[in-house]
Amino acid sequence: MKIGCLSEVFAGEARVALTPDSALALAKLGHASVIQSGAGAKAGFSDAAYAAAGVEVLADAAAVIAAADVLVKVRGPEAAEAQALREGQTLISFFWPAQNAELLEIVKDRGATVVAMDMVPRISRAQKMDALSSMANIAGYRAVIEAGANFGRFFTGQVTAAGKVPPARVLIVGAGVAGLAAIGTSTSLGAITLAFDVRPEVAEQIESMGAEFVYLDFAEAAQDGAATGGYAAPSSPEFREAQLKKFRELAPGIDIVITTALIPGRPAPKLWTADMVALMKPGSVIVDLAAERGGNCDLTVPDQKIVTDNGVTVVGYTDFPSRMAAQASTLYATNIRHMLTDLTPKKDGVIVHNMEDDVIRGATVTKDHAITFPPPPPKIAAIAAQKPKEKVKELTVEEKRAAEAAAFKTQTRNQVGMLVVGGALILLAGLFAPASFMSHFIVFVLSVYVGVQVIWNVSHSLHTPLMAVTNAISSIIILGALMQIGSGNFLVVILAAASVFMAGINIFGGFMVTRRMLAMFQKS
Amino acid sequence: MDYGFTTAAYVVAAVLFIQSLGGLSGQESAKRAVWYGIAGMALAVAATLYGPGAGNWLISLVMIAAGGAIGWVVAQRVQMTEMPQLVAAMHSLVGLAAVFIGYNTHIELVRIAALDETARAALNGFAAVVAHKSGVEVSILRVETFLGVFIGAVTFTGSVIAFGKLAGKVDGKAKKLPGGHVLNAAAAIISVVLLVVYLQTGSTLALAVMTLAALFIGYHLIMGIGGADMPVVVSMLNSYSGWAAAAIGFSLSNDLLIVVGALVGSSGAILSYIMCKAMNRSFVSVILGGFGGTTGPAMEVTGEQVAIDAEGVAAALNDADSIVIIPGYGMAVAQAQQSVSELTRKLRAKGKNVRFAIHPVAGRLPGHMNVLLAEAKVPYDIVLEMDEINEDFPETDVAIVIGSNDIVNPAAQEDPNSPIAGMPVLECWKAKQVFVSKRGQGTGYSGIENPLFFKDNTRMFYGDAKKSIDQLLPMIE
Repeated sequence: MKIGCLSEVFAGEARVALTPDSALALAKLGHASVIQSGAGAKAGFSDAAYAAAGVEVLADAAAVIAAADVLVKVRGPEAAEAQALREGQTLISFFWPAQNAELLEIVKDRGATVVAMDMVPRISRAQKMDALSSMANIAGYRAVIEAGANFGRFFTGQVTAAGKVPPARVLIVGAGVAGLAAIGTSTSLGAITLAFDVRPEVAEQIESMGAEFVYLDFAEAAQDGAATGGYAAPSSPEFREAQLKKFRELAPGIDIVITTALIPGRPAPKLWTADMVALMKPGSVIVDLAAERGGNCDLTVPDQKIVTDNGVTVVGYTDFPSRMAAQASTLYATNIRHMLTDLTPKKDGVIVHNMEDDVIRGATVTKDHAITFPPPPPKIAAIAAQKPKEKVKELTVEEKRAAEAAAFKTQTRNQVGMLVVGGALILLAGLFAPASFMSHFIVFVLSVYVGVQVIWNVSHSLHTPLMAVTNAISSIIILGALMQIGSGNFLVVILAAASVFMAGINIFGGFMVTRRMLAMFQKS
Repeated sequence: MDYGFTTAAYVVAAVLFIQSLGGLSGQESAKRAVWYGIAGMALAVAATLYGPGAGNWLISLVMIAAGGAIGWVVAQRVQMTEMPQLVAAMHSLVGLAAVFIGYNTHIELVRIAALDETARAALNGFAAVVAHKSGVEVSILRVETFLGVFIGAVTFTGSVIAFGKLAGKVDGKAKKLPGGHVLNAAAAIISVVLLVVYLQTGSTLALAVMTLAALFIGYHLIMGIGGADMPVVVSMLNSYSGWAAAAIGFSLSNDLLIVVGALVGSSGAILSYIMCKAMNRSFVSVILGGFGGTTGPAMEVTGEQVAIDAEGVAAALNDADSIVIIPGYGMAVAQAQQSVSELTRKLRAKGKNVRFAIHPVAGRLPGHMNVLLAEAKVPYDIVLEMDEINEDFPETDVAIVIGSNDIVNPAAQEDPNSPIAGMPVLECWKAKQVFVSKRGQGTGYSGIENPLFFKDNTRMFYGDAKKSIDQLLPMIE
């Protein structure tokens, strides 16, 4: 099949869906690639580089659409592009089908198959094609860099000959992929990083990245991230109030705020209100990664950087991944390549659009003149359901003492019970058995007792030598045979001799092998 | 012919044996302890040969020498991975010897009963001791002999089957004849009835039939127990061989036999108890074979097993500071302990903290893994028990599971409906990364799906354990 990559027509979009490297990988799947001339220029990939990777460079979009069986893009198609698709052609790009119902109708009427990269289900197997995550990762990184560029101080604290510099304090709101990437970048630059998320289960992830989780003292049934595929869900008004109160408390001490809070299918929640901005120090920076969906900050203007009256910079860019076009294109092109790998199961250049496959089914929004969006829920849940952690109850001193006393009592009861029963049994035996038996019996009981006491102390690691040695000494049965071997009866002598022989094997074998094993145990 | 001297020797021997077992509490003292055992045995045998009742010295010494030579050679040649078989084989010898000695006692009893007063007075040795017994004492002697033969016979066939299973000569799967445990119960009841008959009449036929029944019980009981329960079985047979010796001791009125039999018997019983506890199963349920019933459907396992190649594992190991290796029976099967040891040596040379976590029932014999690792020269102070290391997993960078399955199954803790729910397991999934070296995607002995393999931080390193580890070795630097 021929894979065709189009130039992005959206203003300012610098990314490209095919890189020379990904084209080479696609060739291994048996696919030929074509690209529109100049498509990779803004991301730093020249036509010559593509040609060197065996990609056919075509003059314009029309030629690419005509030549290719599968079209790859970054942004979703414009209406005109959608109209140009032909029957049976496949388009792989971001699509946002929920927001673009009209576009969906157009591609359906054209009979094209659309695989929406934003609809790839969030399951482990599909991580390699999760373009939303790879783009969010870049956005998170870039947000910190952008904040640094607009922030007049160091991130890291320094003590220099010219004076002491305090470290910057960074607050990251929302610890999704973008948030975690921002935390990582911020901490590695040396800032003191705080992070907040409505999902308490991400606290561990936040702390693993080196940031401090901002705990809310709020008792609410914790949201289970598993129910929403790992995304946040809207929170109750009370919770929101508690959250804003906490932010207000933090605002004066924070130098950089990076907000990444998004709820799928809804406008971004307003989390950083105008009064919080007013509380911040002049020179502080707010980077709003949710600007495209209205912003988490009241003052955000999408696609613009503004400075408030009190000198706080609010960055509302919506094209962070595009601002790192080379990196973003490499990752996106790899996501696309993985998608094509799954679509080409036999690696023979033949695309099999298997609608039984959870990932392919989930991402496909139109096929064969039918809209297949929204997809049925995947057969496998994205993330295992969280189990509420049971709190280990701290015992008070009295409770501990009571527990100890109770344990002591049961132990005493058990021991006394066993002694009484055992003693009674022995006494019973003594009533009937003759004295000669009882004297042996005493030896037996005491030996069992000694054996139990001794064996409990044997180290676990020496259990095999213990078995070998008990084996050897259980051949003490040889004594019986030796006592009988002097008998006058021929049969007795033979059986006794055989017993002596077998016990002899055991004695020597058992002790030897024990010695061999013990000699092997060495201290480091 | 001095009773006093023999008894004194026995006392010393008994003390030496107790010392010998007590010394096993530590690796260093154990090396001394085994000599106590040898000395005790030598003393006991010498005293018996010198003491009353012995005769036919020549035959005795020849037999000891012949048996000893064979035992010596076997002990020198046996591979450490074959230890479980060897131990089982030795148990069978003790069992058979107990049966023979029991029969001897019976033969002597019959013989003496046929003699008249003057002939009895002329007897010497063991027969003389028997001849002086009163009526009640003879009855007790019969019970003791009967018990000795019974336990010995069960131990004999049981050990032979256990040996076959461990050596792979008998199918390791749990198998039962139609009728199952009813057959065992029937055989046991027959034996009890025969005991009463034997007690009344001293009939040889009763003893012989009981022996057959006991041989059958031993065979059938162990056939019904699967491979991974062998640690319990072997320690149980160990215990039986001890009780058999004790019973024979009673019938021969020999205190040393009683003492040692009781020591060995309780030792085996404690080992069985520890093994059962480590599997959270009752002794009865292990012996009756198979896993207990579940209370509901098992938790659905979601996700997929993600494979990884040697480069990936090597990279993670090179980055890790703290590594825990969890060996299982699979390591023994693949003979991978030398490679694992080499890997450990290389990692430790780089200053990494490498430790081993041993589950009590890992392998086919209590302490099996410890012996294998010791053979491969892994220092014992980095080989830790489950309780010692379980708390350290959250601080561990990489956990490597080599050929173990059920003992690292998180379902034991997470899924109350799992057949192994409540069994203590090594919590390796709490480590930052887990690599599982495993031959294929199959389930473990218990046939339970292992959710560990599907966890996000788990990667499957498929292939033969030895080859996999050997592949890693050149990449660690």
